[in-house]
Amino acid sequence: MTPLVKVDDLAMTFDVSQPWLNRVLERRPRTLLRAVDGVSFEIERGKTLALVGESGCGKSTVARLLVGLYQPARGSFIFDGSDAHASFRSPQGLKLRSRIQMIFQDPYASLNPRWKVGDIVGEPLIEHGVQADAAGLGERVAQLLESVGLSRADASKYPHQFSGGQRQRISIARALATNPEFLVCDEPTSALDVSVQAQVLNIMKDLQRKMGLTYLFISHNLAVVRHVSDQVGVMYLGRLVELADKHSLFANPRHPYTRMLLDAIPKMRDTGQARTRVQGEVPNPLDPPAGCAFNPRCPHANERCMRERPVLKEFQGIRLACHAVDEGRIA
Amino acid sequence: MSLLQVKNLIVEFPSRHGTLRALDDVSFEIAPGEILGVVGESGAGKSLTGAAIIGLLEPPGRIGGGQIMLEGERIDHLDAQAMRHIRGRRIGAIFQDPLTSLNPLYTVGRQLVETIRAHLPVSEQQARQRAITLLRDTGIPAPEQRLDHYPHQFSGGMRQRVVIALALAAEPKLIVADEPTTALDVSIQAQIIALLKNVCHQHGAAVMLITHDMGVIAETCDRVAVMYAGRLAEIGPVHEVINHPAHPYTEGLMAAIPDMTQDREYLNQIDGAMPRLNAIPTGCAFNPRCPKVLGKCRVERPDLMHAGASRAACWLHEGKAS
Repeated sequence: MTPLVKVDDLAMTFDVSQPWLNRVLERRPRTLLRAVDGVSFEIERGKTLALVGESGCGKSTVARLLVGLYQPARGSFIFDGSDAHASFRSPQGLKLRSRIQMIFQDPYASLNPRWKVGDIVGEPLIEHGVQADAAGLGERVAQLLESVGLSRADASKYPHQFSGGQRQRISIARALATNPEFLVCDEPTSALDVSVQAQVLNIMKDLQRKMGLTYLFISHNLAVVRHVSDQVGVMYLGRLVELADKHSLFANPRHPYTRMLLDAIPKMRDTGQARTRVQGEVPNPLDPPAGCAFNPRCPHANERCMRERPVLKEFQGIRLACHAVDEGRIA
Repeated sequence: MSLLQVKNLIVEFPSRHGTLRALDDVSFEIAPGEILGVVGESGAGKSLTGAAIIGLLEPPGRIGGGQIMLEGERIDHLDAQAMRHIRGRRIGAIFQDPLTSLNPLYTVGRQLVETIRAHLPVSEQQARQRAITLLRDTGIPAPEQRLDHYPHQFSGGMRQRVVIALALAAEPKLIVADEPTTALDVSIQAQIIALLKNVCHQHGAAVMLITHDMGVIAETCDRVAVMYAGRLAEIGPVHEVINHPAHPYTEGLMAAIPDMTQDREYLNQIDGAMPRLNAIPTGCAFNPRCPKVLGKCRVERPDLMHAGASRAACWLHEGKAS
């Protein structure tokens, strides 16, 4: 079966140079920030790929590339067999956009406070011409609200009348309005409390089962990722360092960075046990280290790691970018 | 004797539609050197409890009743001038965002020296020496040079280390840390938590650690207090509360956290949401969401009762002697 989403060598560069005059006077070159630097993955229909990593690793940039908010600097995104970024620009772009929708992190910022919930959820229906007549529109909005566990009467309320978890459900209802196949969820529960997070995650799982949705789920919380995903990609400074199915990644993490992330999670049970001390911090993305970007923090780094950048390649059924594992220096 | 004693604390916000009670009859104690975790959802009143203790309630919020005793001495009714001598000297504070707790216009050295000299009778030179020691204690490399750097020259994790050094500057007996790691990445969070625990132990300071992250509590604290709708739901030794929660809310909260050790298709959820301050139900505040609700819960508010090694505000434990 061909995957619904196929991303190949996707890259995004931001120009963060000084203004032109400063560059001329101070003789500074342009400064480029490589937010995403050659990321490749596939997602099968009906499955969930999670991307994890720390702030600034480029996971949100990947999300924005996939919904067409950014134009990639390099690489391609094939959606259902055709080049998505070519069609985003073409007259058929609107059709494609209705099939790919996004859920944002902060439900307090992503809903217009001056609009009623009915208008917020109904807007994509009108915009994409799915539902034109007023009566049908109201009915569809009510259906959507009920599908995420809200009531049809909520359509006439304003966002401020809802709690954070309810607002995130409104965002989900809006994203579902156009019957999308692929949902890009950028940290959908990180602004929520744990008990509310559980409600939202359960709804997302339910909807996936009923409607066969495909998710790209972005999160920094490994416990949440473990709960929702089928496959997990670990990102570090704009690159994937490990891509594996959920069970092998959590049972047998291979990349030293993945191991460090897993060790860093505070454990609820067996307390008292000291966790492995994490070393160092994420380097400045404007000036990433040569070779493997993780080498300054890696306990297994050698001279080759500082010189040669490892590429993501097949390794015992998963994909991995690490010299140390590749050479058998670590198990 | 306990270091800090909070007795029947009430914090109110007067509003046009009557007075809202944001904290309602909260009592707990912190022993010298102890780390007490305070956990709860947004709006449960955990930060407000911390703010009331350090005397930084934002008006119109005010203490409407109860007492706060520090080493046996009442501090809840002190004026701003008197409170200023306690804050920093006897109670240190660490806030969530290290960028906003440091002054961007002063070097970290100047901020440290100023804090030390405001509270301790030392010379400029001694204060500077002490600042270097503090930075070294908090794991900042090359503290002699770093002293003359500005906050923007530090990374997020390093800034939070500076904030911890600042809180410890005058050797306070108690540190109120309000979500000290929430703004940090998980790998940095692990470092800061370990540091906070070690440094406070070294300096003999007790910590009130406010967080919504149960994992952080489990790794750091001796005891934990669970708050719900401005009230204490449960308080007890951390292992006890995590492994044998006595209050149905704590139980629901624990089950809602995705676990790294088990696979579940669906997470347990507590239906509904925490009530707003103007609509707290009579009786137990949790009764509309509680799966084990009794008739009495809807009428009468439970006090903290003994439940194993912990105490829980729940009628299920009525009459069970400890």
